[in-house]
This record gives sequence, C-alpha cells and structure tokens, in this order.
Amino acid sequence: MTVAIDRATGKTRGDRAPRPGPLQRLKHGYQKHWYAYAMIAPVVVVLGVLVIYPLVYGVYLTLTDANSLNTARTIGVNHIDATYKFIGLDNYADILWGPTAYERFWSHFVWTIVWTAVCVTLHYVIGLGLALLLNQKLRGRTLYRLVLILPWAVPTFVTVFGWRFMLADGGIINSALDALHLPSPLWLEDTFWQRFAAIMVNTWCGVPFMMLSLLGGLQSIDTSLYEAAEMDGANAWQRFRYVTLPGLRSVSSTVVLLGIIWTFNQFAIIFLLFGDTAPDAQILVTWAYYLGFGQQPRDFAQSAAYGILLLAILVVFTSFYRRWLNRNEQQLAI
Amino acid sequence: MSTTTVDTPGAVAGQDSVPAQPRTARPRGETGRATRLASHGILIVASLVALFPVAWLVFLSLGPDKDDYLHPGRIWGKMTLDNYTFVLEHTKFFDWLLTTMIVTLGTTAIGVIISATTGYAVSRMRFPGYKKFMWVLLITQMFPVAVLMVPMYQILSDLQLIDTYPGLVLVYCTTVVPYCAWLMKGYFDTIPFEIDEAGRVDGLTPFGTFARLILPLAKPGLAVAAFYSFLTAFGEVAFASTFMLSDTKYTFAVGLQTFVSEHDAQRNLMAATAVLIAIPVSAFFYFVQKNLVTGLTAGGTKG
Repeated sequence: MTVAIDRATGKTRGDRAPRPGPLQRLKHGYQKHWYAYAMIAPVVVVLGVLVIYPLVYGVYLTLTDANSLNTARTIGVNHIDATYKFIGLDNYADILWGPTAYERFWSHFVWTIVWTAVCVTLHYVIGLGLALLLNQKLRGRTLYRLVLILPWAVPTFVTVFGWRFMLADGGIINSALDALHLPSPLWLEDTFWQRFAAIMVNTWCGVPFMMLSLLGGLQSIDTSLYEAAEMDGANAWQRFRYVTLPGLRSVSSTVVLLGIIWTFNQFAIIFLLFGDTAPDAQILVTWAYYLGFGQQPRDFAQSAAYGILLLAILVVFTSFYRRWLNRNEQQLAI
Repeated sequence: MSTTTVDTPGAVAGQDSVPAQPRTARPRGETGRATRLASHGILIVASLVALFPVAWLVFLSLGPDKDDYLHPGRIWGKMTLDNYTFVLEHTKFFDWLLTTMIVTLGTTAIGVIISATTGYAVSRMRFPGYKKFMWVLLITQMFPVAVLMVPMYQILSDLQLIDTYPGLVLVYCTTVVPYCAWLMKGYFDTIPFEIDEAGRVDGLTPFGTFARLILPLAKPGLAVAAFYSFLTAFGEVAFASTFMLSDTKYTFAVGLQTFVSEHDAQRNLMAATAVLIAIPVSAFFYFVQKNLVTGLTAGGTKG
C-alpha cells in the first residue's frame, strides 16, 4: 500500500543473499509465517470474538424485530426465552423510506454530514494556523504548546461539563453577551444554538490533535526546500503554497480521514452536552444509541440497523477517499 | 516592444532585490517584529480560549453552593475547599477511582502488548492474508459505537460479563487495538531492517529479536500507543454507561453524570469531582506528551 510496506517485503535482502534451495525456502517461509501468525494471534482472537462475531450477530439482529421485551433475559431466577422473529429487510426499509423517515433518519443524516464537514474544516484550518505559528522560532513556544494541548489533555467528559456550566442559561457566556448588549441565545434549548454549541465544543476539543499532527508534519519538511524556494524568489505565500502544503500532504490526508471518522462517530460531546433533551441535535450515532438504550422499550433491531447503515456510509466514503487519493498519486499513511 | 517585455522582469527583479536585501540578511527562522507580535497575540488569544473552560471549572469548584455557577462573582467572597472534602468523604469517588484504574490500566497493558506484536508482525512479515488483515484493522477503526453496542450487550450478557471489569476491558481493547496496531506498524517501519538481521545473525530467535532489540528501540511508539489506550479507555462514555450497572463499578465518565440526576444537580460537587479526575489524567498526559508528535505522525510523515 505504501512505499514503506513494499520495503518490508525484503526483496532487496533476498537479492543480496545467495538464494537458498526451494525446500529450504519453503521451510524458511513456513517458519516466518508461523511466527507472524503467532504474533497476530491475540489480536485475531480478540477482534474475531469481539468484533467480527458481534458484527455478524448484529447484522442478524437487524433482520429481526428484537427489542428489550422479546429478547432472552433473566429476571430474578426466571429465564425468559427470546421470542423475536425474522422479518427480513423491513427495518432498513422502514428507516430509509417508511413513514416519518425524514424526522427519524434523513434529518439526522443531513445534520451529521453538516456537523462532520464543518467540524473537520474548522479543526484543520485552526490546527494548521496554530501549527504554523508554533513552527516559528518564538519565545515561549513550548509554553504555548503545553497550554494549547490542554483541551486534549483533559478528558472530554470533564470539559463538556465545564462547557455546560458556561453555556447554561445565566452562565458565564450569556452573562458576558448580556454585558456587551448582544442577544443571549438559549444554547442548550434552541435547536439551532444547540447545534452551534455542539460544533463549538467539538472544535475546541479537536483542534489540539490536528495542531500536533500538523506540527509534526511541518517539522519533518526539509528546511533546504525553503532555502531553495527563497533563493528562487518565492514570497511567503508562495513558499506556503508550493513547499509547505505539498510537504504536509501525506500527514494531511491521514489526519483529515481520521478526523472525519472520529467526528462522524463523535458520541461523548453531544450525548453529554444535551442528554435526552435535544432530539433534533442528535447525530446518527447518538440517535442510534438513544433508540437502543435511551428509551423504553429498547429497540435493539432498529438501533443495530442504524449502526450498520452508519458503517456502510463510512466504508463507502473511505473507499472513495482512497481512490481519490490514489488518482492524485497520494498515499494514505495509516 | 519585444525588448520591453524582456526588460521588465529583469527590472522588477532588480527593484525587488533592494528591499529584499535586509530580509535575506536575517538568519533563517527569524521573523520581523510585527510578525512576531502578531504571532504572540494570536497564540495568547488561542491559549486563553484553550485555558478558560478548564480554569472556569476549577473556579466554580471552589464555590460552596450548587447555584454558584449562576453568580460567579459571589464565589470570591466565600471560596472554600468544602466541595473537595465532601466528594472525597461522602461520595463513591474511590470506588469509581478503583474501577477506572483497573479498566484503564488493564486496557493499556493488554492493548499495548497485543498491538505491539501485531504491529511488528505486519511491519516485518509478509504472510498470506496480509492485505485483508490490514483492511480489517482499518475498517474496525471506524466502527461507530452504535454498530457493536447492541450485539456486544447481548453477547456480554450471555457470557455474564455485563457489569464486570474484564468485560469492559475486552470491549475497550477492541476499540484501542486497531489504531494502536497501525501506529506501531508505522513506528516499526522506521526501525531499520538491519537491526533484525543483526539480531538473527547473533542467534536470537524471532521473538528474542522482537523483545530484546526492537521493543527497546520502539519505546516512543509504545508510549504513544499506551497514552492513546489510556486516554481512550479513560474518556470512553458510551460503553461504560451501558455495560456498568452498579454504582460502585462506575468509571469516572459514568459517575460524573450521576451528580445531575441523583443528587439533584449538585453542580459544585460535580465541578470538584471533575477537577479531581482531570488532575491525574492531565498529569499523565503531560508526562507522555514529549513522545507524542513523533509517535502520532510516525506513520504520517513518510508517504
């Protein structure tokens, strides 16, 4: 997939050493492979038992009408057997074009796309800006860096509660806006402002990761390239456009993909910021969680179907992203 | 006509070189005074934005009444550490601490070991099924919690692992291992092959090479994997909220939510608990952050 992996095939090594006989090679290969399999055995077991099997089981659940009232459960000493039945693709049909499909799926879908696009754009632009500033020779650069990664250092579930206090009606943000004679929106109640607040908090939480990754990328760009560009008379913008951005390309394509996946799947911020109070500000992930665990009776089948749909969206997106990168002759570094 | 068109670039270049003289005379990396001031200005504003919500939380935790967050001005007059003593003495803080430590450290230890061996295998060996395996790892990374939540809940309850530490550790490993394996693979790729060969020539077994030569060299990468596992397990909300049922087995992420419903929105206690939680994990973060940039972009800086 990448140059580095190709290097790992050890072709050059094989060419250098005298070739062993076919039997020996087979034996050698077996030894090598046995060793590799032994090394990945634990992860295969863990992923197989806790990812592949649940995935298959989850797909099966989406084809049934399972909810918390008809699945197998134990109440006290009584064991009640599962009574849910197979209903084919009805769950998917119901989600995608059943009655009120717009309120239940498509509105959340559109909001999820907007949320992901806006958040990742803000993460990247702000992160790149701060990384460029931190990449200069500045007094107190280390201190700035330490302070700026604080939103990442403190766990999200802690900072989200800090934001909740700040955004609450009568909290510090609205008091400050009042003092400046600006309108003070109901951050945690009005749908538009809920969405605005969610994006704001997520941007605050996500910038440090981008900043650090891009800073690492900036520091790995060869300074002689800048010297050469300067010799050729490139101004600051041209140096940025033709040296910095191409130099960051592989880091960027990686962190943008990671950022998109993480933001798309961002659960904690919306879940903790609003709880059950904001049905319209739920992205698909939190909405699926609400269906499966936040209501009574718990609708396991629909929740699982949402999960499968989410995964399908991500897989399709990622394969297109990779194809697009390949067409531009870039490689994904992860 | 033709002479003018030829002359103009030369003339422009000539004019440009005069003001450009002091700029090129400056050593590389040094910037002008105005640029420097602007950079400092932006960085200071950004730092304040980064700092304020956390500082505000700390400040609120010092106010004794649960509605003090509405009147922050009054806190100055009655600052107290009562919230902290109350949280430490009268809540389940230490139960939550124990749970969180068991779960996060278990996840970190198991996750790092598994992902290091996996990363090494996929970095050095070419075995049948290699590409498919890498794809599975990549796809697993982007599983939304919603995909596995329901089936895992069913499976764990069949195995009677709901509301137990091993259950949560196993679930966390599945979210942590794929990313860490990619990370470690990227790091192992940067360690020269010749070191493995030297180890093999000197008579070490493959596992010996891995454990004695490669692992010590990969310490920064391991640190990042450990850091990532620790923070992920520590900050995870969805699985912990669903799979841990008894309130003595809550992780911090779940326990902190109980202040709003259970204790009638005792925001002062919540703030104090949040600060107590944030201190050790932030300390851990700053302890490992030196390896951070190198490790996280090890896979990214070489295309």
